[in-house]
Amino acid sequence: MSSVIVRIKQKQIAELIAKEKRVDGRGLSDYREIKVEQGIIERAEGSARVLLGKTEVMAGVKIGIGRPFSDTPDAGVLTVNAELVPLASPTFEPGPPKENAIELARVVDRGIRESEAIDFKKLCIKPGEKVFVVFVDVYVLNHGGNLIDASALAALAALLNTKMLNYEIEEDEVKIKPGYTPLLVRKHPIAVTIAKINDKLIVDPSLEEEQMMDTRLTMTTDEDGNICAIQKGGSGTFTQKQVLEAAKIAREKAAEIRKKLKW
Amino acid sequence: MSQKPEKLIDKKGLRLDGRKPEELRQIKIEVGIISNADGSAYIQQGKNKILAGVYGPRELHPKHLALPDRTVLRCRYHMAPFSVQERKSPAPSRRDIELSKVMREALEPSIFLEYYPRTGIDVFVEVLQADGGTRCASITAASLALADAGIPMRDLVVACAAGKIDNTVVLDLMDTEDKKGSADVPVALMPNFNEITLLQMDGILTHEEFEKAVNLALDGCKRIYVMQKEALKAKYESVKEVEE
Repeated sequence: MSSVIVRIKQKQIAELIAKEKRVDGRGLSDYREIKVEQGIIERAEGSARVLLGKTEVMAGVKIGIGRPFSDTPDAGVLTVNAELVPLASPTFEPGPPKENAIELARVVDRGIRESEAIDFKKLCIKPGEKVFVVFVDVYVLNHGGNLIDASALAALAALLNTKMLNYEIEEDEVKIKPGYTPLLVRKHPIAVTIAKINDKLIVDPSLEEEQMMDTRLTMTTDEDGNICAIQKGGSGTFTQKQVLEAAKIAREKAAEIRKKLKW
Repeated sequence: MSQKPEKLIDKKGLRLDGRKPEELRQIKIEVGIISNADGSAYIQQGKNKILAGVYGPRELHPKHLALPDRTVLRCRYHMAPFSVQERKSPAPSRRDIELSKVMREALEPSIFLEYYPRTGIDVFVEVLQADGGTRCASITAASLALADAGIPMRDLVVACAAGKIDNTVVLDLMDTEDKKGSADVPVALMPNFNEITLLQMDGILTHEEFEKAVNLALDGCKRIYVMQKEALKAKYESVKEVEE
Protein backbone atom coordinates (compact mmCIF):
# COMPACT_ATOMS: atom_id res chain seq x y z
CA MET A 1 0.00 0.00 0.00
CA SER A 2 1.37 3.39 -0.92
CA SER A 3 2.20 5.45 2.12
CA VAL A 4 0.69 8.56 0.51
CA ILE A 5 -2.70 6.86 0.38
CA VAL A 6 -2.20 5.67 3.96
CA ARG A 7 -1.54 9.27 5.07
CA ILE A 8 -4.63 10.60 3.31
CA LYS A 9 -6.73 7.85 4.81
CA GLN A 10 -5.30 8.48 8.26
CA LYS A 11 -6.34 12.11 8.04
CA GLN A 12 -9.82 11.00 7.06
CA ILE A 13 -9.96 8.50 9.95
CA ALA A 14 -8.90 11.18 12.43
CA GLU A 15 -11.44 13.71 11.13
CA LEU A 16 -14.25 11.20 11.27
CA ILE A 17 -13.36 10.03 14.78
CA ALA A 18 -13.50 13.63 15.97
CA LYS A 19 -17.15 13.53 14.79
CA GLU A 20 -17.65 10.17 16.56
CA LYS A 21 -17.73 8.31 13.23
CA ARG A 22 -15.54 5.72 11.58
CA VAL A 23 -14.41 5.05 8.00
CA ASP A 24 -16.23 1.73 7.78
CA GLY A 25 -19.47 3.22 9.10
CA ARG A 26 -19.21 1.80 12.62
CA GLY A 27 -19.87 3.71 15.81
CA LEU A 28 -16.92 4.24 18.18
CA SER A 29 -17.86 1.26 20.32
CA ASP A 30 -19.02 -1.17 17.62
CA TYR A 31 -17.30 -4.40 16.74
CA ARG A 32 -16.93 -5.56 13.17
CA GLU A 33 -18.91 -8.65 12.26
CA ILE A 34 -17.79 -11.70 14.23
CA LYS A 35 -18.06 -15.24 12.85
CA VAL A 36 -16.97 -18.29 14.81
CA GLU A 37 -16.67 -21.77 13.36
CA GLN A 38 -15.69 -24.69 15.57
CA GLY A 39 -14.27 -28.15 14.91
CA ILE A 40 -12.69 -27.45 11.55
CA ILE A 41 -9.49 -29.46 11.96
CA GLU A 42 -10.25 -33.14 12.61
CA ARG A 43 -6.72 -34.01 13.67
CA ALA A 44 -6.76 -31.49 16.49
CA GLU A 45 -8.46 -32.20 19.82
CA GLY A 46 -10.17 -28.85 19.47
CA SER A 47 -10.16 -26.15 16.83
CA ALA A 48 -11.90 -22.96 15.75
CA ARG A 49 -11.74 -20.26 13.15
CA VAL A 50 -12.70 -16.68 13.93
CA LEU A 51 -13.45 -13.97 11.43
CA LEU A 52 -13.44 -10.43 12.78
CA GLY A 53 -14.02 -8.16 9.81
CA LYS A 54 -11.07 -8.89 7.54
CA THR A 55 -9.07 -10.48 10.33
CA GLU A 56 -8.94 -14.24 10.24
CA VAL A 57 -7.48 -16.34 13.03
CA MET A 58 -7.45 -20.08 13.56
CA ALA A 59 -6.69 -21.86 16.82
CA GLY A 60 -5.95 -25.51 17.36
CA VAL A 61 -5.74 -27.42 20.63
CA LYS A 62 -3.48 -30.43 21.02
CA ILE A 63 -3.17 -32.32 24.27
CA GLY A 64 0.01 -34.08 25.26
CA ILE A 65 1.57 -35.54 28.37
CA GLY A 66 4.43 -33.80 30.10
CA ARG A 67 6.02 -32.88 33.41
CA PRO A 68 4.36 -30.31 35.68
CA PHE A 69 6.15 -27.14 36.76
CA SER A 70 8.01 -27.59 40.04
CA ASP A 71 5.96 -24.91 41.81
CA THR A 72 2.63 -26.50 40.76
CA PRO A 73 3.31 -30.27 40.87
CA ASP A 74 -0.37 -31.22 40.90
CA ALA A 75 -1.59 -29.03 38.05
CA GLY A 76 -1.72 -29.50 34.30
CA VAL A 77 0.12 -27.12 32.02
CA LEU A 78 -1.22 -24.57 29.53
CA THR A 79 0.99 -23.49 26.66
CA VAL A 80 -0.21 -20.79 24.28
CA ASN A 81 1.77 -19.99 21.18
CA ALA A 82 0.95 -17.57 18.39
CA GLU A 83 2.28 -17.61 14.85
CA LEU A 84 2.03 -14.57 12.62
CA VAL A 85 2.36 -16.63 9.46
CA PRO A 86 3.99 -14.77 6.55
CA LEU A 87 1.06 -15.32 4.20
CA ALA A 88 -1.20 -13.21 6.45
CA SER A 89 0.42 -9.81 5.96
CA PRO A 90 3.26 -8.15 4.00
CA THR A 91 4.75 -7.18 7.36
CA PHE A 92 4.99 -10.74 8.76
CA GLU A 93 8.28 -12.52 8.22
CA PRO A 94 9.20 -16.16 8.61
CA GLY A 95 11.26 -17.18 11.59
CA PRO A 96 10.86 -17.67 15.32
CA PRO A 97 8.12 -15.56 17.00
CA LYS A 98 9.14 -11.95 17.54
CA GLU A 99 7.90 -9.62 20.25
CA ASN A 100 4.47 -8.96 18.68
CA ALA A 101 3.69 -12.67 18.36
CA ILE A 102 5.01 -13.33 21.87
CA GLU A 103 2.94 -10.51 23.36
CA LEU A 104 -0.15 -11.78 21.50
CA ALA A 105 0.33 -15.31 22.83
CA ARG A 106 0.99 -14.14 26.36
CA VAL A 107 -2.10 -11.90 26.48
CA VAL A 108 -4.30 -14.76 25.22
CA ASP A 109 -2.63 -17.09 27.75
CA ARG A 110 -3.19 -14.66 30.62
CA GLY A 111 -6.92 -14.39 29.88
CA ILE A 112 -7.45 -18.16 29.91
CA ARG A 113 -5.13 -18.81 32.84
CA GLU A 114 -6.17 -16.02 35.19
CA SER A 115 -9.91 -16.44 34.64
CA GLU A 116 -9.39 -20.05 35.79
CA ALA A 117 -11.35 -21.21 32.75
CA ILE A 118 -9.62 -24.57 32.90
CA ASP A 119 -9.40 -26.62 36.09
CA PHE A 120 -5.74 -27.56 35.91
CA LYS A 121 -5.98 -29.80 38.98
CA LYS A 122 -8.17 -32.11 36.91
CA LEU A 123 -5.38 -32.45 34.36
CA CYS A 124 -2.95 -34.02 36.80
CA ILE A 125 -2.08 -37.68 36.16
CA LYS A 126 0.63 -38.26 38.78
CA PRO A 127 1.64 -35.32 40.99
CA GLY A 128 5.15 -34.10 40.32
CA GLU A 129 5.63 -36.45 37.38
CA LYS A 130 2.91 -36.62 34.78
CA VAL A 131 0.27 -34.12 33.79
CA PHE A 132 -1.68 -33.25 30.70
CA VAL A 133 -0.32 -30.33 28.72
CA VAL A 134 -2.87 -28.26 26.82
CA PHE A 135 -1.23 -26.69 23.78
CA VAL A 136 -3.18 -23.84 22.22
CA ASP A 137 -1.70 -22.73 18.92
CA VAL A 138 -3.02 -19.52 17.45
CA TYR A 139 -2.54 -19.10 13.74
CA VAL A 140 -3.13 -15.66 12.24
CA LEU A 141 -4.25 -16.20 8.64
CA ASN A 142 -5.12 -12.65 7.63
CA HIS A 143 -4.14 -9.47 9.47
CA GLY A 144 -6.99 -6.99 9.37
CA GLY A 145 -6.34 -5.43 12.79
CA ASN A 146 -7.16 -6.32 16.39
CA LEU A 147 -5.40 -9.66 16.42
CA ILE A 148 -5.64 -9.93 20.22
CA ASP A 149 -9.44 -10.06 20.42
CA ALA A 150 -9.75 -12.40 17.45
CA SER A 151 -7.04 -14.69 18.81
CA ALA A 152 -8.47 -14.79 22.33
CA LEU A 153 -11.87 -15.63 20.87
CA ALA A 154 -10.42 -18.33 18.61
CA ALA A 155 -8.48 -19.87 21.52
CA LEU A 156 -11.59 -19.95 23.72
CA ALA A 157 -13.76 -21.34 20.92
CA ALA A 158 -11.18 -24.08 20.28
CA LEU A 159 -11.03 -24.98 23.98
CA LEU A 160 -14.83 -25.15 24.14
CA ASN A 161 -14.63 -27.55 21.22
CA THR A 162 -11.88 -29.71 22.75
CA LYS A 163 -12.42 -33.41 23.36
CA MET A 164 -9.90 -35.34 25.40
CA LEU A 165 -9.20 -38.99 24.81
CA ASN A 166 -10.41 -41.19 27.64
CA TYR A 167 -7.62 -42.80 29.57
CA GLU A 168 -6.87 -44.91 32.60
CA ILE A 169 -3.69 -45.39 34.57
CA GLU A 170 -2.18 -48.86 34.73
CA GLU A 171 1.09 -49.24 36.61
CA ASP A 172 1.98 -45.60 36.08
CA GLU A 173 1.35 -45.89 32.38
CA VAL A 174 -1.40 -43.94 30.67
CA LYS A 175 -3.61 -46.30 28.71
CA ILE A 176 -5.92 -44.82 26.10
CA LYS A 177 -9.50 -46.07 26.21
CA PRO A 178 -12.14 -45.69 23.51
CA GLY A 179 -14.28 -42.59 23.44
CA TYR A 180 -13.84 -38.92 24.22
CA THR A 181 -14.69 -36.56 27.05
CA PRO A 182 -15.14 -32.84 26.44
CA LEU A 183 -12.61 -30.61 28.18
CA LEU A 184 -14.32 -28.77 31.01
CA VAL A 185 -14.22 -25.01 30.43
CA ARG A 186 -15.60 -23.17 33.45
CA LYS A 187 -15.31 -19.54 32.36
CA HIS A 188 -15.56 -17.59 29.15
CA PRO A 189 -12.92 -14.87 29.24
CA ILE A 190 -13.42 -12.36 26.41
CA ALA A 191 -10.73 -9.87 25.42
CA VAL A 192 -11.83 -6.41 24.33
CA THR A 193 -9.27 -4.08 22.79
CA ILE A 194 -9.78 -0.34 22.93
CA ALA A 195 -7.59 1.98 20.90
CA LYS A 196 -6.98 5.65 21.57
CA ILE A 197 -6.95 7.98 18.56
CA ASN A 198 -6.83 11.73 19.14
CA ASP A 199 -7.98 11.29 22.73
CA LYS A 200 -11.07 9.27 21.73
CA LEU A 201 -11.56 5.64 22.70
CA ILE A 202 -12.61 3.28 19.93
CA VAL A 203 -13.42 -0.42 20.17
CA ASP A 204 -11.99 -3.13 17.88
CA PRO A 205 -9.52 -1.08 15.81
CA SER A 206 -9.13 -2.11 12.16
CA LEU A 207 -5.66 -2.39 10.62
CA GLU A 208 -5.78 1.19 9.32
CA GLU A 209 -6.87 2.48 12.71
CA GLU A 210 -4.15 0.46 14.43
CA GLN A 211 -1.51 1.99 12.18
CA MET A 212 -2.34 5.46 13.45
CA MET A 213 -3.52 4.84 17.01
CA ASP A 214 -1.66 6.47 19.89
CA THR A 215 -2.01 3.42 22.08
CA ARG A 216 -4.30 0.52 22.94
CA LEU A 217 -5.63 -1.22 26.01
CA THR A 218 -6.86 -4.81 26.08
CA MET A 219 -9.08 -5.86 28.95
CA THR A 220 -10.22 -9.45 29.41
CA THR A 221 -13.31 -10.01 31.53
CA ASP A 222 -15.24 -13.08 32.61
CA GLU A 223 -19.03 -13.54 32.74
CA ASP A 224 -19.16 -12.34 36.36
CA GLY A 225 -17.83 -8.98 35.22
CA ASN A 226 -14.43 -9.54 36.85
CA ILE A 227 -11.36 -8.27 35.07
CA CYS A 228 -8.82 -11.07 34.65
CA ALA A 229 -6.16 -9.63 32.36
CA ILE A 230 -5.04 -6.24 31.05
CA GLN A 231 -2.38 -5.25 28.58
CA LYS A 232 -1.51 -1.78 27.39
CA GLY A 233 0.32 -1.65 24.09
CA GLY A 234 1.81 1.06 21.92
CA SER A 235 3.80 4.04 23.07
CA GLY A 236 1.04 6.51 23.85
CA THR A 237 -0.53 7.23 27.24
CA PHE A 238 -3.89 6.98 28.99
CA THR A 239 -5.34 9.10 31.72
CA GLN A 240 -6.76 7.47 34.83
CA LYS A 241 -10.26 8.45 33.70
CA GLN A 242 -9.79 6.83 30.30
CA VAL A 243 -8.58 3.61 31.91
CA LEU A 244 -11.70 3.33 34.05
CA GLU A 245 -13.91 4.22 31.11
CA ALA A 246 -12.19 1.53 29.04
CA ALA A 247 -12.81 -1.02 31.80
CA LYS A 248 -16.51 -0.22 31.66
CA ILE A 249 -16.67 -0.46 27.86
CA ALA A 250 -14.75 -3.75 27.92
CA ARG A 251 -17.17 -5.34 30.35
CA GLU A 252 -20.21 -4.28 28.33
CA LYS A 253 -18.74 -5.37 25.02
CA ALA A 254 -17.62 -8.75 26.41
CA ALA A 255 -21.14 -9.38 27.69
CA GLU A 256 -22.53 -8.52 24.25
CA ILE A 257 -20.18 -10.94 22.49
CA ARG A 258 -20.92 -13.70 24.99
CA LYS A 259 -24.65 -13.22 24.46
CA LYS A 260 -24.30 -13.23 20.70
CA LEU A 261 -22.27 -16.42 20.70
CA LYS A 262 -24.55 -17.97 23.37
CA TRP A 263 -21.58 -18.76 25.67
CA MET B 1 -1.31 -22.48 45.59
CA SER B 2 -0.87 -26.23 45.92
CA GLN B 3 -1.61 -26.44 49.64
CA LYS B 4 -4.12 -24.60 51.78
CA PRO B 5 -3.67 -20.89 51.16
CA GLU B 6 -1.60 -19.51 53.98
CA LYS B 7 -2.36 -16.13 55.49
CA LEU B 8 -0.71 -13.25 53.68
CA ILE B 9 -2.12 -10.67 56.10
CA ASP B 10 -2.11 -11.35 59.86
CA LYS B 11 -4.72 -10.44 62.48
CA LYS B 12 -3.11 -7.04 63.04
CA GLY B 13 -3.54 -6.29 59.34
CA LEU B 14 0.18 -6.57 58.65
CA ARG B 15 1.78 -8.34 55.70
CA LEU B 16 4.44 -11.09 55.73
CA ASP B 17 7.26 -8.53 55.89
CA GLY B 18 5.46 -6.43 58.49
CA ARG B 19 4.17 -3.79 56.10
CA LYS B 20 0.75 -2.19 56.21
CA PRO B 21 -1.42 -2.71 53.10
CA GLU B 22 -0.63 0.73 51.67
CA GLU B 23 3.06 0.77 52.52
CA LEU B 24 5.93 0.63 50.04
CA ARG B 25 9.01 -1.51 50.57
CA GLN B 26 12.33 0.11 51.51
CA ILE B 27 13.67 1.83 48.42
CA LYS B 28 17.23 2.91 47.72
CA ILE B 29 18.12 4.57 44.43
CA GLU B 30 21.51 5.65 43.11
CA VAL B 31 22.26 7.42 39.86
CA GLY B 32 25.41 7.31 37.72
CA ILE B 33 27.23 4.25 38.99
CA ILE B 34 28.47 2.62 35.78
CA SER B 35 31.34 4.74 34.48
CA ASN B 36 31.26 3.29 30.95
CA ALA B 37 27.57 3.98 30.38
CA ASP B 38 26.23 7.34 29.20
CA GLY B 39 23.70 7.09 31.99
CA SER B 40 22.98 4.56 34.70
CA ALA B 41 20.96 3.92 37.82
CA TYR B 42 20.63 1.28 40.51
CA ILE B 43 17.51 0.53 42.49
CA GLN B 44 16.88 -1.61 45.52
CA GLN B 45 13.22 -2.10 46.27
CA GLY B 46 12.83 -4.64 49.04
CA LYS B 47 15.02 -7.53 47.91
CA ASN B 48 14.94 -6.40 44.27
CA LYS B 49 18.38 -5.34 43.07
CA ILE B 50 18.32 -3.89 39.59
CA LEU B 51 20.85 -2.07 37.41
CA ALA B 52 19.93 0.04 34.40
CA GLY B 53 22.43 1.40 31.86
CA VAL B 54 21.86 3.66 28.88
CA TYR B 55 24.04 3.99 25.78
CA GLY B 56 23.25 6.64 23.23
CA PRO B 57 22.09 8.42 21.25
CA ARG B 58 24.62 6.59 19.10
CA GLU B 59 24.92 5.08 15.65
CA LEU B 60 22.36 2.34 15.25
CA HIS B 61 23.36 -1.18 14.24
CA PRO B 62 22.07 -2.82 12.08
CA LYS B 63 21.80 0.44 10.15
CA HIS B 64 18.62 -0.41 8.23
CA LEU B 65 16.69 -0.12 11.52
CA ALA B 66 17.43 3.61 11.70
CA LEU B 67 14.53 6.02 11.19
CA PRO B 68 14.81 9.30 9.25
CA ASP B 69 12.67 11.34 11.66
CA ARG B 70 13.54 10.07 15.13
CA THR B 71 15.79 7.93 17.26
CA VAL B 72 15.04 4.28 17.88
CA LEU B 73 14.64 3.34 21.53
CA ARG B 74 15.61 -0.23 22.30
CA CYS B 75 15.12 -1.88 25.66
CA ARG B 76 16.46 -5.13 26.99
CA TYR B 77 15.07 -6.48 30.23
CA HIS B 78 17.18 -9.37 31.41
CA MET B 79 17.34 -11.45 34.56
CA ALA B 80 20.60 -12.85 35.87
CA PRO B 81 20.61 -16.66 36.19
CA PHE B 82 21.16 -16.33 39.95
CA SER B 83 18.44 -13.71 40.48
CA VAL B 84 15.70 -16.23 41.26
CA GLN B 85 15.29 -19.39 43.39
CA GLU B 86 15.75 -21.89 40.56
CA ARG B 87 18.51 -20.94 38.12
CA LYS B 88 17.12 -19.12 35.15
CA SER B 89 18.62 -19.79 31.74
CA PRO B 90 20.46 -16.66 30.57
CA ALA B 91 18.77 -16.89 27.16
CA PRO B 92 15.92 -14.36 26.94
CA SER B 93 12.60 -16.00 27.87
CA ARG B 94 9.26 -15.12 26.33
CA ARG B 95 8.52 -13.17 29.49
CA ASP B 96 11.76 -11.17 29.10
CA ILE B 97 10.82 -10.31 25.52
CA GLU B 98 7.33 -9.16 26.50
CA LEU B 99 8.67 -7.09 29.40
CA SER B 100 11.30 -5.50 27.15
CA LYS B 101 8.47 -4.45 24.83
CA VAL B 102 6.18 -3.01 27.51
CA MET B 103 9.13 -1.26 29.15
CA ARG B 104 10.07 0.39 25.87
CA GLU B 105 6.47 1.49 25.36
CA ALA B 106 6.36 2.83 28.91
CA LEU B 107 9.49 4.94 28.43
CA GLU B 108 8.96 6.15 24.85
CA PRO B 109 6.29 8.77 25.61
CA SER B 110 8.69 10.56 27.96
CA ILE B 111 11.53 11.01 25.46
CA PHE B 112 11.88 13.61 22.70
CA LEU B 113 12.66 10.90 20.15
CA GLU B 114 12.57 13.36 17.24
CA TYR B 115 15.67 15.21 18.52
CA TYR B 116 18.05 12.50 17.34
CA PRO B 117 17.04 11.15 13.90
CA ARG B 118 18.95 8.18 12.42
CA THR B 119 20.36 7.15 15.81
CA GLY B 120 19.56 4.62 18.49
CA ILE B 121 19.28 4.70 22.26
CA ASP B 122 19.85 1.42 24.08
CA VAL B 123 18.47 0.80 27.55
CA PHE B 124 19.82 -2.29 29.27
CA VAL B 125 18.27 -3.54 32.48
CA GLU B 126 19.84 -6.34 34.49
CA VAL B 127 17.83 -7.82 37.32
CA LEU B 128 20.49 -9.05 39.76
CA GLN B 129 18.00 -10.23 42.36
CA ALA B 130 14.26 -10.52 41.86
CA ASP B 131 11.57 -10.26 44.50
CA GLY B 132 8.36 -9.29 42.72
CA GLY B 133 7.60 -6.07 40.91
CA THR B 134 10.80 -6.12 38.88
CA ARG B 135 9.24 -4.58 35.79
CA CYS B 136 8.16 -1.55 37.80
CA ALA B 137 11.48 -1.10 39.58
CA SER B 138 13.22 -1.55 36.21
CA ILE B 139 11.19 1.25 34.63
CA THR B 140 11.87 3.56 37.58
CA ALA B 141 15.62 2.90 37.26
CA ALA B 142 15.71 2.98 33.44
CA SER B 143 14.02 6.38 33.34
CA LEU B 144 16.63 7.74 35.74
CA ALA B 145 19.42 6.25 33.64
CA LEU B 146 17.96 8.02 30.57
CA ALA B 147 17.89 11.30 32.47
CA ASP B 148 21.44 10.69 33.69
CA ALA B 149 22.53 10.19 30.06
CA GLY B 150 21.31 13.74 29.40
CA ILE B 151 18.59 12.69 26.99
CA PRO B 152 15.92 15.39 26.62
CA MET B 153 12.76 14.19 28.32
CA ARG B 154 9.26 15.53 28.97
CA ASP B 155 9.12 13.87 32.36
CA LEU B 156 10.49 11.00 34.35
CA VAL B 157 8.59 7.72 34.26
CA VAL B 158 7.94 6.03 37.57
CA ALA B 159 6.26 2.68 38.10
CA CYS B 160 4.67 0.79 40.96
CA ALA B 161 2.30 -2.15 41.31
CA ALA B 162 -0.77 -2.72 43.42
CA GLY B 163 -2.57 -6.00 43.83
CA LYS B 164 -4.94 -8.11 45.86
CA ILE B 165 -3.97 -10.52 48.61
CA ASP B 166 -6.30 -12.09 51.17
CA ASN B 167 -9.18 -10.02 49.80
CA THR B 168 -7.34 -6.75 50.46
CA VAL B 169 -5.98 -4.32 47.88
CA VAL B 170 -2.33 -3.69 48.74
CA LEU B 171 0.59 -1.70 47.38
CA ASP B 172 3.95 -2.91 45.99
CA LEU B 173 3.67 -6.72 46.04
CA MET B 174 6.71 -8.80 46.83
CA ASP B 175 7.32 -12.18 45.21
CA THR B 176 5.34 -14.38 47.65
CA GLU B 177 2.40 -11.99 47.55
CA ASP B 178 2.52 -11.89 43.75
CA LYS B 179 2.57 -15.70 43.46
CA LYS B 180 0.04 -16.51 46.18
CA GLY B 181 -2.13 -13.44 45.92
CA SER B 182 -5.04 -13.10 43.55
CA ALA B 183 -4.09 -10.15 41.34
CA ASP B 184 -1.22 -7.87 40.33
CA VAL B 185 -1.61 -4.49 38.58
CA PRO B 186 1.64 -2.83 37.49
CA VAL B 187 1.26 0.84 36.50
CA ALA B 188 3.75 3.38 35.13
CA LEU B 189 3.15 7.11 35.30
CA MET B 190 4.53 10.38 33.96
CA PRO B 191 3.83 12.29 37.18
CA ASN B 192 3.81 15.85 35.81
CA PHE B 193 1.27 14.98 33.13
CA ASN B 194 -0.70 12.42 35.12
CA GLU B 195 -0.47 10.14 32.09
CA ILE B 196 -0.30 6.37 32.42
CA THR B 197 2.36 4.80 30.19
CA LEU B 198 2.12 1.20 31.34
CA LEU B 199 -0.83 -0.79 32.58
CA GLN B 200 -1.06 -4.52 32.88
CA MET B 201 -2.98 -6.91 35.05
CA ASP B 202 -3.26 -10.57 35.81
CA GLY B 203 -5.52 -12.21 38.35
CA ILE B 204 -9.15 -11.59 39.16
CA LEU B 205 -10.49 -8.22 40.27
CA THR B 206 -13.96 -6.72 40.33
CA HIS B 207 -14.41 -3.34 38.68
CA GLU B 208 -14.36 -1.62 42.09
CA GLU B 209 -11.22 -3.44 43.21
CA PHE B 210 -9.53 -2.58 39.93
CA GLU B 211 -10.32 1.10 40.39
CA LYS B 212 -8.95 0.96 43.93
CA ALA B 213 -5.80 -0.86 42.80
CA VAL B 214 -5.10 1.67 40.03
CA ASN B 215 -5.55 4.56 42.44
CA LEU B 216 -3.29 2.94 45.01
CA ALA B 217 -0.61 2.13 42.42
CA LEU B 218 -0.70 5.74 41.16
CA ASP B 219 -0.30 6.94 44.73
CA GLY B 220 2.71 4.62 45.09
CA CYS B 221 4.17 6.02 41.86
CA LYS B 222 3.93 9.55 43.20
CA ARG B 223 5.70 8.56 46.41
CA ILE B 224 8.52 6.83 44.52
CA TYR B 225 8.78 9.87 42.20
CA VAL B 226 9.91 11.97 45.17
CA MET B 227 12.75 9.50 45.84
CA GLN B 228 13.57 9.35 42.14
CA LYS B 229 14.05 13.12 41.96
CA GLU B 230 16.15 13.13 45.13
CA ALA B 231 18.43 10.43 43.72
CA LEU B 232 18.93 12.38 40.51
CA LYS B 233 19.71 15.60 42.36
CA ALA B 234 22.04 13.80 44.78
CA LYS B 235 24.43 12.88 41.97
CA TYR B 236 24.78 16.46 40.77
CA GLU B 237 24.96 17.95 44.23
CA SER B 238 28.01 15.80 44.94
CA VAL B 239 29.64 16.97 41.70
CA LYS B 240 29.10 20.60 42.73
CA GLU B 241 30.88 20.07 46.03
CA VAL B 242 34.00 18.81 44.25
CA GLU B 243 34.09 21.90 41.99
CA GLU B 244 33.94 24.35 44.83
